[in-house]
Amino acid sequence: MDYATSFGLIIPELVLTGSGLVLLMIAAFGGEKASRLVSILAAVALGAAGSLTIPALANGAGGDASMAFYGQISADAFSAFAKLLVYAAAIGCLMIAPGFFGQRRAMKPEYPVLVLFATLGMSIMVSATDLMTLYIGLELNSLAAYVLASFLRNDSRSAEAGLKYFVLGALASGILLYGMSLTYGFTGTTSFAGIRAAQEAGLSTGALFGLIFVLAGLAFKISAVPFHMWTPDVYQGAPTPVTTFFATAPKVAAVALTARVALDAFGSQADAWRQIVIFAALASIIVGALGAIGQNNLKRLLAYSSINNVGFILIGLAAATVEGASAMLFYLTTYVVMSLGSFVAVLMLRNGEGENLETFEDIAGLSSTRPGVALCLLALMFSLAGIPPLLGFWAKVEVFNAAIQAGLVPLAVIGIAASVIGAFYYIKFVKVMYFEEPVGRATKGGSAAHWAILIICTLLISPLGFLLTRGLQAMTDTAAAGLFPGV
Amino acid sequence: MQSSILLIVFLPLAAAIVAGLFSGSIGKVPAKLITTGALFASCALSWPIFLAFLGGNAEAQVVPVLQWVQSGDLSFDWALRVDTLTAVMLVVITSVSALVHLYSWGYMDEDPSQQRFFAYLSLFTFAMLMLVTADNLVQMFFGWEGVGLASYLLIGFWYKKPSANAAAIKAFVVNRVGDLGFMLGIFGTFLVFGTVSIPAILEQAPAMSGSSITFMGMRLMTMDILCLLLFVGAMGKSAQLGLHTWLPDAMEGPTPVSALIHAATMVTAGVFMVCRLSPMFETAPVALTVVTVIGGATCLFAATIGTTQWDIKRVIAYSTCSQLGYMFFAAGVGAYGVAMFHLFTHAFFKALLFLGAGAVIHAMHHEQDMRYYGALRKRIPITFWAMMAGTLAITGVGIIDVFGFAGFYSKDAILEAAYARGTGAANFAFWAGAIAALLTSFYSWRLMFLTFWGKPRWADSEHIQHAVHHGHDEPEDHNPAAQEDSGEAVAHHVPSTEEKDGTAGYHPHEAPWVMLIPLVVLSLGAVFAGFVFYEPFVDAEGFWQGSVFFNENLVHTMHGVPLWVKLTATIAMLLGLAIAWLSYIRNPKLPEAAAEQLGPIYRFFLNKWYFDELYNFLFVKPAFWLGRVFWKVLDIGIIDRFGPDGAAWVVRQGSVGAKRFQSGMLNTYALIMLLGLVAAITWVLL
Repeated sequence: MDYATSFGLIIPELVLTGSGLVLLMIAAFGGEKASRLVSILAAVALGAAGSLTIPALANGAGGDASMAFYGQISADAFSAFAKLLVYAAAIGCLMIAPGFFGQRRAMKPEYPVLVLFATLGMSIMVSATDLMTLYIGLELNSLAAYVLASFLRNDSRSAEAGLKYFVLGALASGILLYGMSLTYGFTGTTSFAGIRAAQEAGLSTGALFGLIFVLAGLAFKISAVPFHMWTPDVYQGAPTPVTTFFATAPKVAAVALTARVALDAFGSQADAWRQIVIFAALASIIVGALGAIGQNNLKRLLAYSSINNVGFILIGLAAATVEGASAMLFYLTTYVVMSLGSFVAVLMLRNGEGENLETFEDIAGLSSTRPGVALCLLALMFSLAGIPPLLGFWAKVEVFNAAIQAGLVPLAVIGIAASVIGAFYYIKFVKVMYFEEPVGRATKGGSAAHWAILIICTLLISPLGFLLTRGLQAMTDTAAAGLFPGV
Repeated sequence: MQSSILLIVFLPLAAAIVAGLFSGSIGKVPAKLITTGALFASCALSWPIFLAFLGGNAEAQVVPVLQWVQSGDLSFDWALRVDTLTAVMLVVITSVSALVHLYSWGYMDEDPSQQRFFAYLSLFTFAMLMLVTADNLVQMFFGWEGVGLASYLLIGFWYKKPSANAAAIKAFVVNRVGDLGFMLGIFGTFLVFGTVSIPAILEQAPAMSGSSITFMGMRLMTMDILCLLLFVGAMGKSAQLGLHTWLPDAMEGPTPVSALIHAATMVTAGVFMVCRLSPMFETAPVALTVVTVIGGATCLFAATIGTTQWDIKRVIAYSTCSQLGYMFFAAGVGAYGVAMFHLFTHAFFKALLFLGAGAVIHAMHHEQDMRYYGALRKRIPITFWAMMAGTLAITGVGIIDVFGFAGFYSKDAILEAAYARGTGAANFAFWAGAIAALLTSFYSWRLMFLTFWGKPRWADSEHIQHAVHHGHDEPEDHNPAAQEDSGEAVAHHVPSTEEKDGTAGYHPHEAPWVMLIPLVVLSLGAVFAGFVFYEPFVDAEGFWQGSVFFNENLVHTMHGVPLWVKLTATIAMLLGLAIAWLSYIRNPKLPEAAAEQLGPIYRFFLNKWYFDELYNFLFVKPAFWLGRVFWKVLDIGIIDRFGPDGAAWVVRQGSVGAKRFQSGMLNTYALIMLLGLVAAITWVLL
């Protein structure tokens, strides 16, 4: 394995790194005027990186051939799928930002640059096959994310969000590092392949501690209960495009990373971590649902919704099978589309003065003032609630099916029962929008880009999107197979 | 024949779909044109098939439509079976339905939702055709339920009227009781024969005769139990004694509906079913006895009630019930061809009577009470003559070996068959039928005399007064200005002489031609159907081609019965006519005196043998009581409290708790994270 091959394998990351540095220069010298150009270029760079990723997914790359830098990083089908999803979400978040920040004259060229670097970090996260690369990717992403959270630094809530995220993120990072050092100490290696090999004989208590700490650190990133506490505060406080970004791309990256750690590095010890994942899954579903019920702020509610959804994603992981991983990726894709759509819809609600509206009172009777947005939100909420024939239903079916096939019937049953609680607040959206007296507050808002994303997301989760599921399923199957090298 | 049978069955469905689903966009007249046109087309296609069977130029065949169910041993297809029996039903259904569609143009002219009405009518026709063309029991059940649904929708067509809604529900619920029997019969048949295909069942049935099964410790004859269950279904649909209570109430529906569904077609489905499965019933002697007894009892019982009712439609409804009884006991004694013959002739004269009654009601401005009729003979002559033809047919007027109206042939044949059979049940049925023939004649002539003879008694009718005082053709809710106008009009165009003669100044008018044409056509059927078709239906085994069980012996004996048996029906008819004439023409005070004399019996009949009250006491009240217990105690008290409401309470509390944790304080958050970590470690170590 020479360096040329290795660099060839990480071309998407190289593209992002290079363009990130160049765009940083443009941003530094161009000032605020360059925002638009930088945004467009950043999106182009993401698109280019994405197109360079496609072959790996199409070829179903995996095994040693996809390993770069002596097993530090892997450009296999799994990472390719996750990357594509991350890039797509990032492009979406770049597109919706100008309309939001422009309103407050706060659009700065740093936003696309930060998003680009965060995406690079995620790109590394999902490809990492070594604890070192894992940590580098994670921190690269996190540092960019902390800044993004407090992007509106004059806004106290945004600043508070950034600070909270940073402090708790640092704590989680510490836990993760501690777990990594324990793992290294008891297995003698940092590479996933090495860790897996070291456990052939069995899991030592020290390594088990390491595993738990690592999982806890990662659970913070995917905001699984009980490491979810930051989520509602940060999602509410951060500017809405940033929240949209947090709710989509990093979730994908962190879930993919967690899956790789659990299924690859600790794949032979599934029994050791399954209980923890099951607990986190059910706790996330229930706490996410319960927390959302009492909320009046839409962003905060969607934050709980994302916690809730992570629970369903973890059910796919708990299965610890190829089907489970595939279902997890399927759900993840659906989740990204639904989150992107619903945050954009919230983003598009403004009153006459151009202030953003984000409470239930504001959207009362939305169907008469903004019928288009209301209709899209209706579809998205029904999909999130998992009502057929929308895509959200199929995603839930997939994960529950995987859990049942893996013999986790009680998990599936409780999950299904708990998803009913979630349906309450999703449908509350519909009730408020369609059956309450219009207050007529939300009168305008929404650029062409917003509409485009909202409509695309709505179409994807509509029964029309069902036509795509077969292709998506094939892709998730290929990607998931990449996680199980031995199979 | 293949394509024509497909068209016959599916044209009405297509018309119903177009008229029903696109009623808003296509408008009234196109919707009526499409449905009526489709039905006339179906009718035009049906007659050649029937005539081909009549001439012996056609053979039974099955036209497959598509595969339906393929599940383990249970396998059957959608297929349309055409044989003699089906062909008879085809002409009955499509002819009456087409005429009723046409008639409804006039009768429903002022109704705001005519499209819906015509769509329902066509839908009904489709379901009925599905029923009679069924090649397997499940498809028959599909049609069976389809006609039930259409009947429900049409009885409750004027859904703003509470009584119509109640009647619709009653019809549906009572039919469910019958349907349960039918379903159990189908299940049992499948269990015993392993198939639901009718030809296969009929082929195997004779071999099963005499076999028995054990059920809850009782030895039961297999075929008897199956046939009895199926017969319960027939009883429900055909309103036989016990499950008849819905039929009179069903008169709440528009009159054309009564003519089509509750006289000519749907209610005869039970008879059709028994005839279709006749080889099966022939292996079940007990079931046949029950059919005979129930048929005879219904025939007599319904006729007694018919003599006391005042509502013109109810009289005819009970008459229908009674005539269905005739058909059943004809089938019960083994004369299936005769039963079908009576079904055939009855369809014409009963539809005619109903449509005639509709024309009378139309003329009398929605008045249905015969006490407010009288002297209409000259006012609406065409309707009168049509009703006359119907009455002559139902009462069975005719002279042996010369000519008779439709009912003369079919009813006489039934009584002869019952006498020829000679068993105890058959004898009972014979005498019940003979007495019922007398009563039939009495109530039919009573209807005629009260309606068309005597002096006008319209003045007391609220409907007529309403019509006179508020202008006849005006909508119900007119403005005050119009009232003022009509007040003036009354003052000036009601001469005092008319007030005195009981007309209240009202001028009944003959129905429009669209309503009269069906009357005339059906009159022809009522007059000639018996004379023309007696031979093939009753005597010719070749006509039926094995589609119903044909008892050669019985037909032979039937023709050899003593003369007094042949004359029984005619004598009964003449007696009934004489009593009716005495009571309502000669001495109009007589009925009142008789009612007083026979007080309890009269009230017993007038109140329909107190069946409704009995059922109300036995089933409805306890069901409501039980329902209330389930509702108040079980549902609200236990299920809601610990189920939905309790769960909602838990969720609400949980939500409050989750909110409390979410304090916004960083140290709390960090603490919870660490506690979570510690908990996880503890968990895996334990």
